[in-house]
Amino acid sequence: MADDYADIPTLKENIDRATVDSVRSLDVDKYKYGFETDIESDMAPKGLSEDTVRFISKKKNEPQWMLDWRLEAYRRFLTMTEPTWAKVHYPQIDLQDMYYYAAPKSSPAPKSLDEVDPALIAMYDKLGVPLKEREILAGVERPKVAVDAVMDSVSVVTTFREELSKVGIIFCSISEAIREYPELVQKYLASVVPVSDNYYATLNSAVFTDGSFVYIPKGVRCPMELSTYFRINEKKTGQFERTLIIAEADSYVSYLEGCTAPMRDEAQLHAAVVELVALDNAEIKYSTVQNWYPGDKDGKGGIYNFVTKRGDCRGANSKISWTQVETGSAITWKYPSCILRGDGSRGEFYSIAISNGYQQVDSGTKMLHLGKNTSSRIIAKGIAAGFSDNTYRGQVSAHAKAKNARNFTQCDSLLIGDKCGAHTVPYIESRNGTAVFEHEATTSKISDDQMFYCQQRGLSEEDAVALIVNGFVRDVLQHLPMEFMVETQKLIAISLEGSVG
Amino acid sequence: MTTPILEIRNLHARIEEREILKGVNLTIPAGQVHAIMGRNGSGKSTLSYVLAGKEDYEVTEGEILLNGENILDMDPAERAVAGIFLAFQYPIEIPGVATMTFLKAAINAQRKARGEGELSTPDFMRAVKEAGTQLNIDSDMLKRPLNVGFSGGEKKRAEILQMALLKPALCVLDETDSGLDIDALQVVSKGVNALRDANRSMLVITHYQRLLNHIVPDVVHVFSDGRIVESGDKDLALQLEAKGYADFDGALA
Repeated sequence: MADDYADIPTLKENIDRATVDSVRSLDVDKYKYGFETDIESDMAPKGLSEDTVRFISKKKNEPQWMLDWRLEAYRRFLTMTEPTWAKVHYPQIDLQDMYYYAAPKSSPAPKSLDEVDPALIAMYDKLGVPLKEREILAGVERPKVAVDAVMDSVSVVTTFREELSKVGIIFCSISEAIREYPELVQKYLASVVPVSDNYYATLNSAVFTDGSFVYIPKGVRCPMELSTYFRINEKKTGQFERTLIIAEADSYVSYLEGCTAPMRDEAQLHAAVVELVALDNAEIKYSTVQNWYPGDKDGKGGIYNFVTKRGDCRGANSKISWTQVETGSAITWKYPSCILRGDGSRGEFYSIAISNGYQQVDSGTKMLHLGKNTSSRIIAKGIAAGFSDNTYRGQVSAHAKAKNARNFTQCDSLLIGDKCGAHTVPYIESRNGTAVFEHEATTSKISDDQMFYCQQRGLSEEDAVALIVNGFVRDVLQHLPMEFMVETQKLIAISLEGSVG
Repeated sequence: MTTPILEIRNLHARIEEREILKGVNLTIPAGQVHAIMGRNGSGKSTLSYVLAGKEDYEVTEGEILLNGENILDMDPAERAVAGIFLAFQYPIEIPGVATMTFLKAAINAQRKARGEGELSTPDFMRAVKEAGTQLNIDSDMLKRPLNVGFSGGEKKRAEILQMALLKPALCVLDETDSGLDIDALQVVSKGVNALRDANRSMLVITHYQRLLNHIVPDVVHVFSDGRIVESGDKDLALQLEAKGYADFDGALA
């Protein structure tokens, strides 16, 4: 009896505490990233046209091949129509009533952190994003995180580049990669998400403005977390970022993505494309905490988040793992997927999607088993509160040659209140007899009995909901890098504020 | 005379249109353990829920004073902070929340509400270890989600562990003996007895006398049709066990 108590992990207990604290310390303004920063911008003329595409390409000093590629995408786009199969409803987006390029005027191309506009550094500081290498280097508490900061249409700064380049890692903005590493970009761009893949991906191909580029050479284990922090600041601006990550054979990288935007009455469009390529035995871990402005309590404003994310396990025994925490956006349309091409490759998708107010989420994944002995694992947790709608949509398929393909899917939905909805739409397709696919789904509510029990122990309503929801998402939270885990637990509490009573 | 820990005056409560408590009067001085016995459906459990402030019940008349203060306007969390602890007959599962996490959240929520600082992790661990040892609760059990897949005995021990850590002024034990074999009953009773204190009162609700052999009450009350119909010392429980409740039905009619 009385085992050694010392081995009980205390870190997570502290994090739970942090969640509960953050609920208590909530301001009236629950979306704390809703501020606007007054920074003068260089804008493209309003609207979408061939001229807009040329304008963007010129601003970026792109080579001719890139402009041609964009124009081809634009022409394709003109023939396409918006998809309507997702369970989301919104007014027609007027593509002519927005700007496709906005860049902070003050910093055309800062060479180092010292040249970055202090107002920008201050803004990222306010967002909790560290852009100061020196401070991070001096401190011992925080693990190192290299950051590419993208505001509106441009990357404003990328930290730790020098240190990373010593081991041959390239971490820079995609615009820079197009100029500096054209052979890599040409080889891999659109090799996972083809130009004409879908309406939003094609639009992105024509007008994408910036994003991150990561190249991990053969056999290198990236020594720190890489991250991109996306910020929409300008009014009436669409953000179209493009991220490309290439992990050569036997390499490893963990990449984090965060996003926020100011509170505005009008909706803003965000249509990103993310492509991952993992070669033999390589592993890419991609984590997102998406906290775009969700709109106000009546459903006014917010970001329309139409994103195409796909990873290609191109090499044998490669692995791609997506972990996402979706708490923001008025509309989320997003299906981070894995193409399991290499024999023995593995795909994972761990998701927490929280909707409150009038948010609409239609998100999930696709696991396409092409190679032999491929396996995939999906754990999706949807939490719906308020008047929101939360749909999990997932596809698992096995090609005829995908012998011994394995998938395990678990979808759990938690409802808070009785005005919201949770839906699960799985598509399962197997073309060979050796594939084994398992699918489990549950829907539950936070019961009055659970609430009463927690409150009887002294927890307030908000504390109780945060605790129960954090328990519900526990098996996904564990897959997040530690830094994101803490942030996520706070975010969960904040996102669900006002969901009870 | 010092203020009793609990004083219930002419308490009437209903759920929807049905009146369940019909004029309960009960005073428990500090340091005493009172037992309430009664048959199923007599309203004993309702009394425990009304004390804890469960929303489904409406108090239509009367008062509940805790340390002399009326608690009827307090929500369940405020009552917990004021010192009421209810050991549930059927403890609720909280999936994904480690027992340890839950304990810490509860302790610190109460401390914070009282304007005290959070318990440091070493202090917390020490307190849990001390209370856990007494109840045969090992670290594996503390890592498991609260009450999820717990045996009947584990659930009740976890309740008493929470009680020990939260140090309430008033412990309400609702059918704590249900679902326990004799060994588990002894462990749980030992845990409860260790918490008997001159500054703490207990209300033990049960319909079997057997629990009262282990947790010996100062006063026994017989509950019937929503009120206390008879009170006496611990021998009253033995008498009930021998004769059944029939003699007390309608005793006040």
